[in-house]
Amino acid sequence: MSDFIWRNAVKIGLILGTVVLLASAIGMVEKFDERDLIVGILTLGQLLLYIPALYAGYLTVVGEKKHAPAPTLLGGALAGFITALPVVGLIFLATAWPGIREYFVNVSPALIEILTFGQGPVVGSLILIGIMAGLGLLGAAIHLIPVRVRRPIITALIVTLVVSLFSDVPLNVANQLLSRDTVRILFGTKGITVAAAIIIFVISLAAAVFWEWRGRDMRQSRQVSQDPAATKRRQRIVTIAMLLFLAILPQILGIFLTNVMAQVGTFALMALGLNIVVGFAGLLDLGYVAFFAVGAYVTGLLTSTSDLGLGMNFWLAMPIAVAASTITGIILGIPVLRLRGDYLAIVTLGFGEIIRVLVRSDLLKPVIGGAQGILNIGRPTIGNFEFVTPQHFYYLILAGCILAWFIASRLRDGRLGRRWMAMREDEDVAEAVGINLTTTKLLAFAIGATFAGLAGSIFASRLNSVFPNSFELLISINVLAIVIVGGIGSLPGVVLGAFVLVGLPELLREFEEYRLLMYGILLIVMMLVRPEGLWPSAVTKREMHADAEDAAREGIHPEQTAPLV
Amino acid sequence: MAENILDATNVTKRFGGLVAVNRLDFSIPKGAIVSIIGPNGAGKTTFFNCITGFYQIDEGDIVFDGDSIKGRSPDRISHLGISRTYQNIRLFSQMSAIENILVGMEPRLQSHWWGPIFGMRGTKMEEEKAVVEANQLLDFIGLRGKGDSLARNLPYGDQRRLEIARALASNPKLLLLDEPTAGMNPRETAETTEFIRNLRDEIGITILLIEHDMRVVMGISEDITVLDYGEKIAQGSPAEIQRNPRVIEAYLGRGAAGAATLEVTA
Repeated sequence: MSDFIWRNAVKIGLILGTVVLLASAIGMVEKFDERDLIVGILTLGQLLLYIPALYAGYLTVVGEKKHAPAPTLLGGALAGFITALPVVGLIFLATAWPGIREYFVNVSPALIEILTFGQGPVVGSLILIGIMAGLGLLGAAIHLIPVRVRRPIITALIVTLVVSLFSDVPLNVANQLLSRDTVRILFGTKGITVAAAIIIFVISLAAAVFWEWRGRDMRQSRQVSQDPAATKRRQRIVTIAMLLFLAILPQILGIFLTNVMAQVGTFALMALGLNIVVGFAGLLDLGYVAFFAVGAYVTGLLTSTSDLGLGMNFWLAMPIAVAASTITGIILGIPVLRLRGDYLAIVTLGFGEIIRVLVRSDLLKPVIGGAQGILNIGRPTIGNFEFVTPQHFYYLILAGCILAWFIASRLRDGRLGRRWMAMREDEDVAEAVGINLTTTKLLAFAIGATFAGLAGSIFASRLNSVFPNSFELLISINVLAIVIVGGIGSLPGVVLGAFVLVGLPELLREFEEYRLLMYGILLIVMMLVRPEGLWPSAVTKREMHADAEDAAREGIHPEQTAPLV
Repeated sequence: MAENILDATNVTKRFGGLVAVNRLDFSIPKGAIVSIIGPNGAGKTTFFNCITGFYQIDEGDIVFDGDSIKGRSPDRISHLGISRTYQNIRLFSQMSAIENILVGMEPRLQSHWWGPIFGMRGTKMEEEKAVVEANQLLDFIGLRGKGDSLARNLPYGDQRRLEIARALASNPKLLLLDEPTAGMNPRETAETTEFIRNLRDEIGITILLIEHDMRVVMGISEDITVLDYGEKIAQGSPAEIQRNPRVIEAYLGRGAAGAATLEVTA
């Protein structure tokens, strides 16, 4: 029994130790150490060291049925200890051989300083080992606490950490609502103060305790009232509340966060479009950025007051730009009508690159500005009112997203949505039952491109300028990742995905250098833990879980056929 | 002789050097149940695929109800009034039973794709009517109340019938059934045979059948065509086919041809 714990402790400790070593060696720890979570107590870099140790302890004994205190705690401590070893190795290696920096640029004296708490390699390593073994022990000790006590504490801890991690959000809100002195008590320059941390912890603990002890009754009473009319009414109320919330959001967020929201909205709008192509119709399009670029450039050319532009009114230019995107969608759709799966992905990827190369090219430089882009793009006006601030554009983008959502949901539930779905399931059979693949596919490409064009048009006007490097391949990948992480085919999922993949990185600018690494990790974790996405559509949910259902059913119904006619 | 709904003349389909269907003449009288039989690889399914436009024929012509279907795409042929089922069931497995039937109605639906966006009345009414009709079809195949189950979750026999219902949803004039009783036990086979006969008698639809189960073929066909290596080797009533020496040879080998008559329960 305990033999199992030791082996597990070594295994998990080594795995997570390697993670810590990697995070240190590629510079994440050092970079993140600049960011305070709780001022004076915890930095993000330290968190990166401590969480794996804690988790190692937790994981080590997770398979045990009964937790005897002594082996559990010892196992956890051992796992934490082993997690510390690789990075301790790094400390001594770097101390003994300074030349290591030639190979690992990020193994700097500053990093070693952080890892050893400024105490020199020997004492520092001992402290580090001590802390990590202690955390491993703590992680294992979690299992010894009864669930009803454990859950609220963990919840409160996580809430506190998350709030401190995204302290920009409460900080900006507090700046709008509270006095300067109060804000200073709660927030440091980069993170929350100890006082704020305690307040948040206590409040979330109280809420979690309440939920733990009272929530069960509430959940049960809610399950009783599940007739369709009530569900529909509740949905309507939620929708209205959601819209109201989105409408007043810029007033409480402040300029910086509203700008972030505008960026999130731009991507959400694009993702809603790509979701039609990829999610509904099942056509993998990797060149989606092309339509975004067309929308942005056409708007730029038509409205710019510089030499390149025509100085047209934005409201006149936008429909033209959107129509141009739609037409581009159809034109690029025609050659790929006969392609499926991987081939389609590769060719569309090529189209995206063609557009990128074109806007950068010297050939078109006299027309669309080449690398210098287009400046002085016109802004929308209504009467004497001009859209200038992020808030104004936030509302414009919000309107675009609502429109796109509405159209997408109506089409999904109608005849065209059914055709897309059938085509996604089996193209040959879909054609045999009378679905014209050409129009059905082109409609998907065209409508998807339309949304991207709208996003591009607003984007150009919001930034007042367009440059070729806004239309890299990475944007296509980004939007596709939003659709997949959010939940393919799901409208709320896609919007949520935009928040997670566009909004959060804006708030965690420390992650900027490691953005792609984070994407990779996130995608792998998603595929392992939640392949259907964060907020899956009903269809995807049943696809992903159908195998389990099949297995369950096989035992129940042996062979059941209703008499014929 | 009754009027023919389908006339195939001199149809040839080649895959590289392999001649899958060779100068086949074939016709189906209106309102008949006609079968194509033959050993594995005889070209039966290939011929089906030629009729439904999935394959383009290399020579000859197929005329359906006065229109040549040569060069038409599968979706246009289905608009003309030909529907089919598949040897290995090919439902839209992640869609519900009723959605499968609704997709099958495609050739009959008129509404524009943008109808739902503006909540247009015509679109709404057509959809409502389609759902009502789809439910009637579900009743007809004995799947009342199972409309919301996913196609893949239905029992095997139900899936077979759902596939037929999807084919019927477009109100076709000609229904092609590719081994409708494959993988069924004797009781299910008997039920399905009865079901196919009823289809013709009640709806008056013409049926072309590919089938390996001789009891089914001999039981319901009015006319049987036997293919071997892509060529027609015999045609006639069930009784004639059972006695035909070339058919027996194709199925049982040369030695058996002299004495035996084709086992009805083969």
